Amino acid sequence: MRDNDNTRSAQKNKRLTGTGTTRPPFDCATYDFRLFVSGMTPNSLRAIENIRAFCKEHLAGRYHLEIIDIYQQPLCAKEYQIVAVPTLVKQTPPPARRFIGDLSHTDRLLSGLGVSCSR
Amino acid sequence: MKPKAESLPVAAIPIAKCPTGIKGLDEITGGGLPLGRPSLVCGGTGCGKTLLAMEFLVRGTTEFGEPGVYISFEEKSEELAQNFTSLGFDLVELVGRSVLALDYIHIDASEIEETGVFDLEGLFIRLAHAIDSIGARRVALDTIESLFSGFSHDALLRAELRRLFRFLKDKGVTTVITGEQGANTLTRYGLEEYVADCDIFLNHKVTEQIATRRLRIVKYRGSSHGTNEYPFLIDDQGISVLPISSIGLEHPASTERVSTGVPRLDTMLGGKGFYKGSSVLVTGTAGTGKSSLAAHFVDSACRRGERCLYFSFEESRNQIVRNMFSIGINLNPWLEAGLLQFNNVRPTMYGLEMHLVSMHKAVETYRPDVVVVDPISNMVTAANPFEAKSMLSRLIDYLKLKNITAFCTDLTVAGGTLEHTEIGISSVMDTWLLLQVIEGSGERNRGLFILKSRGMEHSNQVREFCLTSQGVQLLDVYLGPGGVLTGSGRIAQEARERAEALERAQEIERKQREILRKKSLLEAQIAALTLEFQSEKDELERAIEREHLRREHLAQTTRSVARNRQSDELPEASPTPFETVSGS
Repeated sequence: MRDNDNTRSAQKNKRLTGTGTTRPPFDCATYDFRLFVSGMTPNSLRAIENIRAFCKEHLAGRYHLEIIDIYQQPLCAKEYQIVAVPTLVKQTPPPARRFIGDLSHTDRLLSGLGVSCSR
Repeated sequence: MKPKAESLPVAAIPIAKCPTGIKGLDEITGGGLPLGRPSLVCGGTGCGKTLLAMEFLVRGTTEFGEPGVYISFEEKSEELAQNFTSLGFDLVELVGRSVLALDYIHIDASEIEETGVFDLEGLFIRLAHAIDSIGARRVALDTIESLFSGFSHDALLRAELRRLFRFLKDKGVTTVITGEQGANTLTRYGLEEYVADCDIFLNHKVTEQIATRRLRIVKYRGSSHGTNEYPFLIDDQGISVLPISSIGLEHPASTERVSTGVPRLDTMLGGKGFYKGSSVLVTGTAGTGKSSLAAHFVDSACRRGERCLYFSFEESRNQIVRNMFSIGINLNPWLEAGLLQFNNVRPTMYGLEMHLVSMHKAVETYRPDVVVVDPISNMVTAANPFEAKSMLSRLIDYLKLKNITAFCTDLTVAGGTLEHTEIGISSVMDTWLLLQVIEGSGERNRGLFILKSRGMEHSNQVREFCLTSQGVQLLDVYLGPGGVLTGSGRIAQEARERAEALERAQEIERKQREILRKKSLLEAQIAALTLEFQSEKDELERAIEREHLRREHLAQTTRSVARNRQSDELPEASPTPFETVSGS
């Protein structure tokens, strides 16, 4: 399942950042997330719910989220070195980070992503 | 209380086992690891855990047709494949044939942030996928403890591990789990709590700068197993474990006799030489000719067409060949014919157990009839005497079991008692020859005794042992009031004896001559005395005659006087005043 509905808002976001406000560049970049879940387990469902809420709140319009069910795509688990589930992988902007668990600790997510300001 | 016998299972089925294919390990475990269950292999760094786990899988695919999955937490698949190429395991080829699956699980704690409750479903899925994709029967997890360094949620991890082992059991795969040795526990994170069926402990001890690998079955639920620490070897063919101490005293006893290569020594040993498959020990101080005796034996064995394996711990092959040439033994033809093989290695090269293992391997591959160990005493330098003794008795037991004649030399320290082997293994030897230096008259000579030779009559005499350009020669020693003499002392003594004998013969001759002389002297004296007596007798007889005549003449005169006087009475005859001496 893919959340592609934010592409438009991300573009709008870029435009907005281009208007001369002084903000660290990484904060303005588009966040590329992959969330690995294992079917419809409570942890997985909670993680999906949490990341969506988090993105909406903190990264509205500048994120790209891909949710992968490793039950259906076990090879992806190997490719992306998934051990713990759920795992949220942030590919860009660098550095690559992994967040495991149901993403209920928003503060850790915030500090881990380096998102300093909310919109 | 009524016994609940009926509630027990119908028949207890012994634990099914999964053969590992690792040399020796299946013998110790009585058939292999518990089938369909996880087994723990633990030990310190570099003790061979990864190799054992991998060999278990590779042997499974190549020897038992069971595909395997290797999950590595430490090394990448490419690195693994590279590392195992040196051991002759072509992992790439096995992966290509879909009989082996490699998966590298990378956990980098630095890039992981825990943000809530999680599980290890990713690991399960990868494992399940790998198992299902090739139909694996065997799994290795190396080293699963890496999880503990990646995740901080200890309680959760432990619950997940428990679930993992249950999962593996449900899958029916035989699993090897490796774990790093902990301070006071078998594994650092106490994996042994979860893997309860079979624990194998590997260690790599360094004693006196020599490292030895050992393996021990700490636990094997529901099965009997060897409990000792078994040495094992890692070489180009993987792991070999040696369950040698399990060898009993069941070896066959041959009645066949083999020549020692020295005819007079054969004579000393009941005329026929050693028993085939027996163990022979030659002890002696330095330079008494132990190796020469060994070379003779090797030479005669090769002449009979037997295969010889010569373990030399002191000299190189070329040196031995050259030196033996000097006493008229040419070993080169046997080397060329492949009847003789040298195995030269320094005692300090590796530990005693490794020596034993490597000797075993050499014997297994070469299949000799005769094994020479020259000298066994050097083994002590590789370990303490107790270990050396146990190792050698195991080696000798093993050779006896194989009906291989063992010829061991042993260097004794000069000054100590000669009837004492440095390693104290004389009791396991069947024949014990002692080469002794006999010092005297400014030289050192060699003497040979047979201290014992089981099951045959043998000479109790000492022989002088000479190394000549025609090989070893045994000579009778001089035994006399002056003790045992050898060498030039013996020659001088023999000459002295000859001189003495000659002198004695001359003395007798002289005495005989004297007797003759005395006899003739006596006879001459007797003749002279007889003559003297004769002349005296004649003299006396003449005197007596004269006296008679005189008396007669006197009587006549008296009668004529009386007649003239006209006397009345004429004396008829006067009594003779002297008895007439009867002439003789």
